[in-house]
Amino acid sequence: MTFIAPAADSAPAAAFAADGSTKIAVRSLDFFYGESKALKNINIDLAERTVTAFIGPSGCGKSTLLRVLNRMYDLYPGQRAEGEVLLDGKNILGPKQDLNLLRARVGMVFQKPTPFPMSIYDNIAFGIRLYENLPKSEMDGRVEAALKGAALWNEVKDKLDASGLSLSGGQQQRLCIARTVAIKPEVILFDEPCSALDPISTAKVEELIDELKERYTIAIVTHNMQQAGRVSDYTAFMYLGELVEFGETTRLFTAPRQQRTQDYITGRFG
Amino acid sequence: MAMIAEAQAVEQAPDRAGALGVFRRSDASFYWLTRLAALTVLALLGGIIVSLVIGAWPALTTFGLDFLTTQRWAPQLDTPVMGALGPIYGTLVTSFVAMLIAVPVGVGIAIFLTELCPIPLRKPFALAIELLAGIPSIIYGMWGFFVLGPFLVETVQPAMIAAFGGLPIVGAIFAGPASQLSLFNAALILAIMILPFITAISRDVFATVPPVLKEAAYGVGCTTWEVVRNVVIPYTRVGVVGGVMLALGRALGETMAVTFIIGNSFKITGSIFSPGTTISAAIASEFAESSGLHQSGLILLGLLLFVLTFAVLAAARLMLRRLELKQGR
Repeated sequence: MTFIAPAADSAPAAAFAADGSTKIAVRSLDFFYGESKALKNINIDLAERTVTAFIGPSGCGKSTLLRVLNRMYDLYPGQRAEGEVLLDGKNILGPKQDLNLLRARVGMVFQKPTPFPMSIYDNIAFGIRLYENLPKSEMDGRVEAALKGAALWNEVKDKLDASGLSLSGGQQQRLCIARTVAIKPEVILFDEPCSALDPISTAKVEELIDELKERYTIAIVTHNMQQAGRVSDYTAFMYLGELVEFGETTRLFTAPRQQRTQDYITGRFG
Repeated sequence: MAMIAEAQAVEQAPDRAGALGVFRRSDASFYWLTRLAALTVLALLGGIIVSLVIGAWPALTTFGLDFLTTQRWAPQLDTPVMGALGPIYGTLVTSFVAMLIAVPVGVGIAIFLTELCPIPLRKPFALAIELLAGIPSIIYGMWGFFVLGPFLVETVQPAMIAAFGGLPIVGAIFAGPASQLSLFNAALILAIMILPFITAISRDVFATVPPVLKEAAYGVGCTTWEVVRNVVIPYTRVGVVGGVMLALGRALGETMAVTFIIGNSFKITGSIFSPGTTISAAIASEFAESSGLHQSGLILLGLLLFVLTFAVLAAARLMLRRLELKQGR
């Protein structure tokens, strides 16, 4: 059992095809929950307008990595990141980073649907109102566009005044995606977006991700390897806080270079 | 082993039926005990209402509906005149002003404790607030009389009279002179007394907001204030209003502290700095020396407080139902 160390010098960035420009570059990132180290020296590049999937067994740090990218960890004392995360070349981990602005640029969709306790319309308009002061007609247009963008418009157009909580789980999740899209982010982070959804809703969300990547840089954490294979252009395999392997999805799934990757994707552990 | 187990099972079968019978009997007795406990509450409530009505009957038949509209309180006359307008007015005004002060402050403290306070300070802060709730009301009364009252008369009241007294319309509410025994002082003490209720309940319901929902709101770029205003409070509205209602119930009925500092005057002047009385304060200060029609009048006051509290709480529930309907329309 000799694992090849996935050290920084193996330069995961090199594994990344040079066709797109880099949107997010993570450099020697360490992450701590209090004393325990959850991420160890992560280096990875996310290319613009691609989907990067993060796979790995529970507790490997993939969700943690996602939460670093929009600094969601900042809400909780005792959690801290060291290293650099460059968004368009600028380090977002610095103390001067405006967090509200960052989170507007880097949107997030969570594992469970999280509609706000307000109407469907307001769920979308709420985020837009934070940044822009639009007249009613224009706002209507933006809400409609966002709902269409999330393939939800036809299902809710007659009940925009209904509570967001009255929708089904799959619809709620698409509402959350619409809400994220509405504020025109540059990057969208999906943290296991389909784990609470039925297969049909899952298919819809996956389709949606495929469409969204034409405009956004997307990172998705998933436990479902078929899903990673279906939606992503690049896949990163993480294990025990380390980035074991990163490369094009087809290559990683057909010809993994690391023994641990192969063991995981063939179901030998995890 | 298997055979032994089977043999035991066969032997135990009749015992099991007997055991089940015991269960059933104890279940039934448990059911009746709890039902009895619940019925006791109803019986007590009914008993209190009935005894209040019986006690208040002489005054009720003597004064009738005039009781509600008369300001004069002269039970010592040969033909006694008693009106509840002053106490009703005082009760409503002190409670209203107390809520006006305590609700924003109490909810604000709860927001601070759940969203903003550094973790090491949360426990001590919360404990201090809860200790406020444990102070007996007589202590509040004495403190209000000897410490807070003089302080207010020298500083806060003159400043408020100077600031608002000259304004049209609202000026009358703040008309001087400053007084140590006043509706305002009583309302302030009430506000301090109900603050812990509002804070404790708000804090508990704020803590029920799923972290992921808050993260989602932060995720679209909200500031802490926006998260609290648009997500935390709407999500917990019912619980917060419940806490406020509990506090209002306490404020309406609070007796001892208010009796100390309100001045026990049945006259309505319109200014919050003038002495007044509340229903419970009037009963507390006069009941011991009353008899006959006078006592009956005081009991009628008690019945009124009962009705008033009930009406306020019912109105609050109705408002809450409206809010819920609107939210899920």
